Amino acid sequence: MDVIEARNLKKAFGPVNAVDNVSLCVKEGEIFGFLGQNGAGKTTTIRMLTGVLIPDAGTVKICGMDILQEPLEAKMHMGVIPENGTVYADLTAEKNILWTAKCYGMDKKSREEKAQEILERLGLESRKDDLVRTFSKGMRQRISIACAIVHSPQVLFLDEPTTGLDVLSRRLVIDTVRHLNQEGSTVLITTHNIEEANALCSRIGVIHKGKIIGINSPEKIRKEYDTSGFLEVSFAQWISGSILVAGGISRVEPLGDKWRVYTDDTDRAIKDLVHIAEQNNLKIISIATSTPSLEQAFIEMTEGAS
Amino acid sequence: MNLSRFTWSVLMVTEKNMRIYYYKGSVVIFGLLFPFIMFLTFFIGRDLDLVLFFPGFLGMMLFFSASSTGPLITPWEKREKTYERLVSLPVVIGSIILGDILSGAVFGFIITTLVWLVGSSLLHLPLADPVALIAALLLGSLAFASLGTLLSSPATDTPSNIMMFSNLVRLPLIFVSGIFIPLSQLGDWAWTNLLSPLTYLVDLFHTAITGDGVYSPIIDSAVLLIIILIFGMGAKTIQQYNLHSGR
Repeated sequence: MDVIEARNLKKAFGPVNAVDNVSLCVKEGEIFGFLGQNGAGKTTTIRMLTGVLIPDAGTVKICGMDILQEPLEAKMHMGVIPENGTVYADLTAEKNILWTAKCYGMDKKSREEKAQEILERLGLESRKDDLVRTFSKGMRQRISIACAIVHSPQVLFLDEPTTGLDVLSRRLVIDTVRHLNQEGSTVLITTHNIEEANALCSRIGVIHKGKIIGINSPEKIRKEYDTSGFLEVSFAQWISGSILVAGGISRVEPLGDKWRVYTDDTDRAIKDLVHIAEQNNLKIISIATSTPSLEQAFIEMTEGAS
Repeated sequence: MNLSRFTWSVLMVTEKNMRIYYYKGSVVIFGLLFPFIMFLTFFIGRDLDLVLFFPGFLGMMLFFSASSTGPLITPWEKREKTYERLVSLPVVIGSIILGDILSGAVFGFIITTLVWLVGSSLLHLPLADPVALIAALLLGSLAFASLGTLLSSPATDTPSNIMMFSNLVRLPLIFVSGIFIPLSQLGDWAWTNLLSPLTYLVDLFHTAITGDGVYSPIIDSAVLLIIILIFGMGAKTIQQYNLHSGR
């Protein structure tokens, strides 16, 4: 069952088409990553999906309910963590969560129990009576997450939830998303962090200049662009990259103290490298084979679309 | 739309506004201190009949207190970026507008009722028409809370701009509404009062306290009701447009 269903979404700001005919479906239980460069249209799309922005054209259904026709009913099923994780700075951490739970119609006992459980899970129990304005960015983000999940939503939207966070806060956010997904929530997350998308998402949609240019699993996207593999080789001596270009090696680029060697034929390239090392009296320290990362696939996709 | 869910969303927005915005400096200054200072400025040192002056003071008190929270809420939330979170909760623009109006109205109603209670007990003021008093407090608080919400609707994330703009609108109104000079004594300038919504509230307070309002209390109440609808719908139209244009 599709819990998020967007059809032909369009949004223009003046002459700029921020989102141009975007359609996507997210199935129940998925973690769907929405990947794109800054300004690609991720936030505009998620704002239309969550009812924060009215599209110029197109429809959005959340759990089968149209976000424009039945906004109150549709929003009851979703939790949203907007970009920058905003919560009310003049309320305490606990009051933010309790008020949000009340908005979703939870009774007093369940909202107090759930708030307590979430505060403990997110490591904020000791600060629950402090005003949010005294919190760090990472702690505010955790409160933002707490508010979004207090009613155990069927669908969770996260707009760049880890941007600007330290490593521990980022890990906490990612673990929480995974945990919620395991408990049955469907997740749509926008990010420009490719490794994060790779680690979290079962499917990824790539948006570029307001258009979706590909939707697939991270592995399939990577495979799709696996036209050439590469090797990473390092030598004990300094060398000029030009001596590495041989029959099986199409392109060479420096990578720190290593060389990245692109090839269509890995076996032949390794033999060529060994031969070049022998000929030039070079000592190979390490040699590793690899396939293109999701990042490379993403770059190729967006460059291709441009 | 589910009516009970909509009503709940209105109450939730109201509760949030009451918890956060009643204590903001600009609300305290422009909603409480300012009308008192204006009253003292005009009253002290002059030989004025307090019974005749008090309905105007009550009108001014209700006008400033009810319209002081509204202009702050939306720009403040846009600046703090909590507006986006609010809209993503189970609320619609209608519930945000009504919640903003209701929180402003409750503030104005409570403050003005307290002022009336204290004033009438200390000064032994008469009460000619209790129904008119209740109508004035209820309709006046809703009308000027609607004005405050309408003033906050233009797309801006700078609360000080809106507070300045709202005072630009509010201050001239108190001089043409029979607050400092009763409507019956305005003579040739009486026509200017018709343009100000505050006129009808002050007149209703006059009917309630002294029993000598210029217009019928039904007319005053009807005008205030129309003002509530016009300002409320205006605020909704502007905020709906902002939601469409992404501002």
